[in-house]
Amino acid sequence: MNMLDVQDLSVRYGRTEAVAGVSFHVRPGDWLMIVGPNGAGKSSVVRAVAQAAAYTGRITWNGEDLRAVRPHVLARRLGVLSQNHAVGYSFTVEQVVRLGRYAWSPGLFSPQAADGEARVARALADTGLTELRGKSVLALSGGELQRVFLAQVFAQDPALLILDEPTNHLDMVYQKQIFALLEQWLQQPGRAVISVMHDLSMALAHGTGALLLDRGRPAGFGPVREVLSAENLQRVYGMDVSGWMRAQLALWQEV
Amino acid sequence: MSRGRIRTSGREAYALPAYAAFAALTLLTVLLCVSAGSVSIPPAQTLQVLRDALAGRPAPATAAASILLSSRLPRVLCVALTGAALSVGGAAMQGLLKNPLADGSTLGVSSGASLGAVLAIAFGIQIPGLPFAGTMVMAIMFAFGSLLLILTLAWRLDCTLSTNTIILIGVIFTMFVNSVLSLVITFASDRLRSITFWTMGSLSGSSYPNALVLLGALAVCGGVILAHARELNAFAIGEDNARSVGVDVRRVRLTILIAVSALTGVCVSIGGSIAFVGLVTPHVVRMVTGPNHRRLLPASLFGGAVFLMLCDLAARVVLRPVQLPIGVVTSLIGAVVFVLIFFRTRRQAP
Repeated sequence: MNMLDVQDLSVRYGRTEAVAGVSFHVRPGDWLMIVGPNGAGKSSVVRAVAQAAAYTGRITWNGEDLRAVRPHVLARRLGVLSQNHAVGYSFTVEQVVRLGRYAWSPGLFSPQAADGEARVARALADTGLTELRGKSVLALSGGELQRVFLAQVFAQDPALLILDEPTNHLDMVYQKQIFALLEQWLQQPGRAVISVMHDLSMALAHGTGALLLDRGRPAGFGPVREVLSAENLQRVYGMDVSGWMRAQLALWQEV
Repeated sequence: MSRGRIRTSGREAYALPAYAAFAALTLLTVLLCVSAGSVSIPPAQTLQVLRDALAGRPAPATAAASILLSSRLPRVLCVALTGAALSVGGAAMQGLLKNPLADGSTLGVSSGASLGAVLAIAFGIQIPGLPFAGTMVMAIMFAFGSLLLILTLAWRLDCTLSTNTIILIGVIFTMFVNSVLSLVITFASDRLRSITFWTMGSLSGSSYPNALVLLGALAVCGGVILAHARELNAFAIGEDNARSVGVDVRRVRLTILIAVSALTGVCVSIGGSIAFVGLVTPHVVRMVTGPNHRRLLPASLFGGAVFLMLCDLAARVVLRPVQLPIGVVTSLIGAVVFVLIFFRTRRQAP
């Protein structure tokens, strides 16, 4: 049973067509990698799924049109982690993480979920932010800040995580940490992940499926190893991606 | 990664004793401001007159009672309510737009309200039997008209009503309205003194009905703003983050903009343009409370009232018997405080 179904998705910005005719689905346990060159429409697809961009086509959650879903209900289903976070004020780590519980008690008089405090505490612990919970987010490094927003989305406890290049600008240590956390998060039944990825090696290592985009059009959707074949990548990127990556890897055998 | 058990601090809002302390400080400032002035009234006598008035007993036929009840009390009440309204509106705008330089005037609504009031003064627009109501009604109408125009223009440019578009349109609208204001003032030279005094901000002619209007606006619009403290926290972290955690971004943004515009329109209609209160007070309060709006908004409400009452007291006593327009005092103090805050923040920036 598909949890998310996207049919014939198109996104336009003025007269520019960023995405056209894209269809895919996500099942529980899937980690779908959305890949393609710059300007392929990857971020537009995830923004449309998150209802943050105007689109045509149909996006459904267990058969229900997501356009009709209220924002706090949507946030219980989808959590979004973007690549950039420019926080303007000196909130503490814990205050930012706690906001992840908003969707579960959105009104002024909404009762708090019984396990709300425990989820905030667990999200802080899982992301290694226990010691930093009272620290201002303005004083954190890029990797620490990304972990704070990962903790927020863990506290939010959605069924589907949408990640827009989650480890962009992060060094390898943080990349490894964040992907390990995501793998661990995905172990729970009923959960799935969609990631926009530039790093094809990471896409192969962690993805179960892939959606390959080429100038806003679908160029392949299915199991990750089938979609990211040498032929498909050659066609979309206009170069021998597979050969180039093998050559890069061979350099490490000489070190 | 540590998986140790940790405790989180669930309480984010102020408890009752904190509100009692804020209220006590505000009442003490009210007492100080109604007692002090060109004629000083001993606090004990002030308390006696106020107690009698609250109990419904007839006021004693003394000069002190007359000054207190007919002149100072309505003025101080209006000043306190205006300060509270401008300050809570400024705090809300700074959170909503994630911009520490925003306040109720950022949208251009304050300028729009000023234009309405100046037109009423220049053309002598009045409502029979209701002195000052012409200026007030025109200011409120122009405040809402300005908001409508700004949002419509922003909508035509960008249907997501993004914060940046709204700020840009607000700045352009303010510049346009200011030039129209200058034009009106040029052609209304016979009423220049009245208009100029009003544009500098003054609450010297305030009455109890003015205070009631301000109280009503603050109760409704301030209540709406306070009820959206958590949503403002999300906006202050970022609009995309607010959407991601489940905030109805468009509805909340419109609600806060309308509430702040209504508050600004009512304040401008009664006291003219009083600058810097909505900008500086939330900044100073944030240094104590932190950015969490569940604390920042109520503290700004009381802080704005106290700040503006002290500014009004300074306006009345510093050059007595001459009374300065309150807007001049807030601008002088506000500009200096703001520069100090700015340098302090720049030095501390990571």
